[in-house]
Amino acid sequence: MTGAPVRTLLLWCPDWPVVAAEIVDGVPATDAVAVLHANRVVACSERARAEGVRRGLRRREAQGRCPQLTVVDHDPARDARAFEPVVAAVEEVAAGVEVVRPGACALAARGPARYLGGEESAAERIIEQVAQACAVESQVGIADGVFAAGLAARTGRVVPPGGTPEFLAGLPVEALGRPALTDLLRRLGVRTLGDFAALPAGDVLARFGFDGALAHRLAAGRDHRPLAVRQPPVDLAVTADHDEPLDRVDAAAFAARALAERLHERLAAYGLACTRLGIEAVTAHGQELHRVWRHDGLLTVTAIADRVRWQLDGWLSGSNGRSGVRPARPTAGIVRLRLVPDGVLTRAGLQAGLWGEAGEERERAHRALSRVQGILGPEAVVTAVLGGGRSPADQAHLVPWGDERLPARPGPPPLPATAPSNGLAPSGGAVPSGGAARSASPPWPGRIPPPAPAVVLPEPLPATVHDAAGEPVTVSARLQVSAAPARLAVGTARPAEIVGWAGPWPVDERWWAPAEARRRARFQVCLADGAALLLAVEAGRWLVEAIYD
Amino acid sequence: MAGRMVLGSAALAALVRPASAPDPAGGHRVLPVAPELTGLLPNRGLRRGSTIAVATGQPRRSGGTSLVLALLAEASRAGSWCAVVGVPTFGAGAAAEAGIALDRLALVPNPGPEWPTVVAALIDGVDVVVTAVPAVVSASVATRLAARARQRGSVLVPYGRWDGADVTLQVVRGVWEGLGPGRGRLRRREVTVSARGRGAAARPKEIKVWLPGNTLTRVIPRPARLAAASRRGALTLVGSA
Repeated sequence: MTGAPVRTLLLWCPDWPVVAAEIVDGVPATDAVAVLHANRVVACSERARAEGVRRGLRRREAQGRCPQLTVVDHDPARDARAFEPVVAAVEEVAAGVEVVRPGACALAARGPARYLGGEESAAERIIEQVAQACAVESQVGIADGVFAAGLAARTGRVVPPGGTPEFLAGLPVEALGRPALTDLLRRLGVRTLGDFAALPAGDVLARFGFDGALAHRLAAGRDHRPLAVRQPPVDLAVTADHDEPLDRVDAAAFAARALAERLHERLAAYGLACTRLGIEAVTAHGQELHRVWRHDGLLTVTAIADRVRWQLDGWLSGSNGRSGVRPARPTAGIVRLRLVPDGVLTRAGLQAGLWGEAGEERERAHRALSRVQGILGPEAVVTAVLGGGRSPADQAHLVPWGDERLPARPGPPPLPATAPSNGLAPSGGAVPSGGAARSASPPWPGRIPPPAPAVVLPEPLPATVHDAAGEPVTVSARLQVSAAPARLAVGTARPAEIVGWAGPWPVDERWWAPAEARRRARFQVCLADGAALLLAVEAGRWLVEAIYD
Repeated sequence: MAGRMVLGSAALAALVRPASAPDPAGGHRVLPVAPELTGLLPNRGLRRGSTIAVATGQPRRSGGTSLVLALLAEASRAGSWCAVVGVPTFGAGAAAEAGIALDRLALVPNPGPEWPTVVAALIDGVDVVVTAVPAVVSASVATRLAARARQRGSVLVPYGRWDGADVTLQVVRGVWEGLGPGRGRLRRREVTVSARGRGAAARPKEIKVWLPGNTLTRVIPRPARLAAASRRGALTLVGSA
């Protein structure tokens, strides 16, 4: 409301969704490309436009006008992600950038214009910078206010100071970007922004409401909204360089403690906490060790220092052991330590569990398990999550300790949440039937019924099954078992007699994806020595999938 | 300075108590086990600091793993943290069915040559540590681990051959029910478990338990009387046929 609108420089990248698709997904933007959302064209490339593709066309119509059209799905996240380097490039030249939308960013023109010697040269410099840093074409418009600058950028114009109302007056009302209002104005005979701006403000407010009044102000060139300047992300990583290479674990741990304190202070200054922490160590010979540590709660100074020590302990004092399992021992001392916080969130958002979940015992267990992760690597300590699936191996999903516990496949847990006492009692209470939560998840017909096998082989063992006459037992495509199985031989072991069996229980999974397709028939067998196994026959071969140990 | 010393001695005095006084933490010294298994264990539970070995069954694959799961179940349900080392074939479904809380169960499937270090580190922080015993374990390593468990107050459950355990449980026999020639499915198993040990557990014991029981496999819950009646009906039908 004070004085004239801010002189604004707006950088606009034409057809940004198409360019973003090229940057992220490698779709060549020089070909005919259209980005569709809800079956309507949102943006198209220059070549497609030449063929007659326009915004708002249906997919069929667009393809009818341009048969070689490449169609890409609209993904706002992709657009925003790809635009980030462009904003960073603009920030190299000028400060205080507002991202209007992916594909357009605005900044106050006064600073760059004075520094770079005039508005035209500032615009040229910024376009050049973006082209060099990101190889992205862009246009710049300068006018009073973001709205006018956006329209000026379409034609790459620099509107002289004070000339904004005249510039706007000649533009059609469609430039307001409010289809309903524009339609109404057209029918009322208002065709340009100048016509609209000429209407009395009070009448516009009474007839079109607040949004109409705002549009009226914009059309008159009175765009007083200040720029919402984006805060560049702060660099939270801390680095320590050591002139004397550290070759002992305790010296490195001591250095790490000081570094951890610095990191903690820096995070606390911004009111942040990190849940993942990357620790990088570089030796004098240039060897690097980087590992990311995860933590459910907040990483305190001690916790960070501990993790540095464990990581370096495993590295510096480790044997020159198997590669892949653990990195080879470094040949020189450590000259640089770097802590990179990851998964940063505001500190107030993190709270410990309410009902004693985050107790002392939990803390102790976590320390012990993190220690083991330090010895063997983060993936060596896992926790099992049960999800959907038909075989016992599919239902259990192993996630590294500290990661989010998500099942691999959606589905009900294989048993009700309130399990009957322990499976030991010869007669227990009634098994509770599934609740409402259970009915919402997929049912996985054909799963192996409980009890679940206690030993699930990660790699099924090959086996052979013979009938009483000594002939191999086969299962036909129509699930006809050739004869009752009588003897089972696993690997090269001595055959064992089968005293009970049930099956075949067929599954035909993921037939639509040939690489993952699996067609098996499962059997439960009981051997003479009391063992029970889960067998499967796939393409004529018998496998031992699990053992009911 | 003097004030601090007084404070320190007061803190010490709070910790020192006569031997006759009841142990304030006594209730937490024994982790619970399922009622069927209490008879096998000298303290009617998993005493903290003890080593309770589970030997592999005499006919292999006849219930050893299920016995381990049954041992853990009640303690895990009561809030204890458990870890299983060196069992890459661990059946998570069976563990959940036995009643183990999977979010408090850590698995280290392949500890490799660092096995003693890993087990020692886990003993420091986890209440019950189950570990498959590697082929060669020197007596000194075994003694050291047992001593560490005693000192830290966690329960070590070696699964395999282990000398010097307080109690050694072994599955002697397991018989499955529910599977006939070409029909039915596995429902429950009667397992005979024997226990022998030192001291209070020196006298060998043997019990029979259902492992797993049939609580999970009976899909249609019915009142007990009705179920019994229908079973009797089925019996008469077969008899008359």
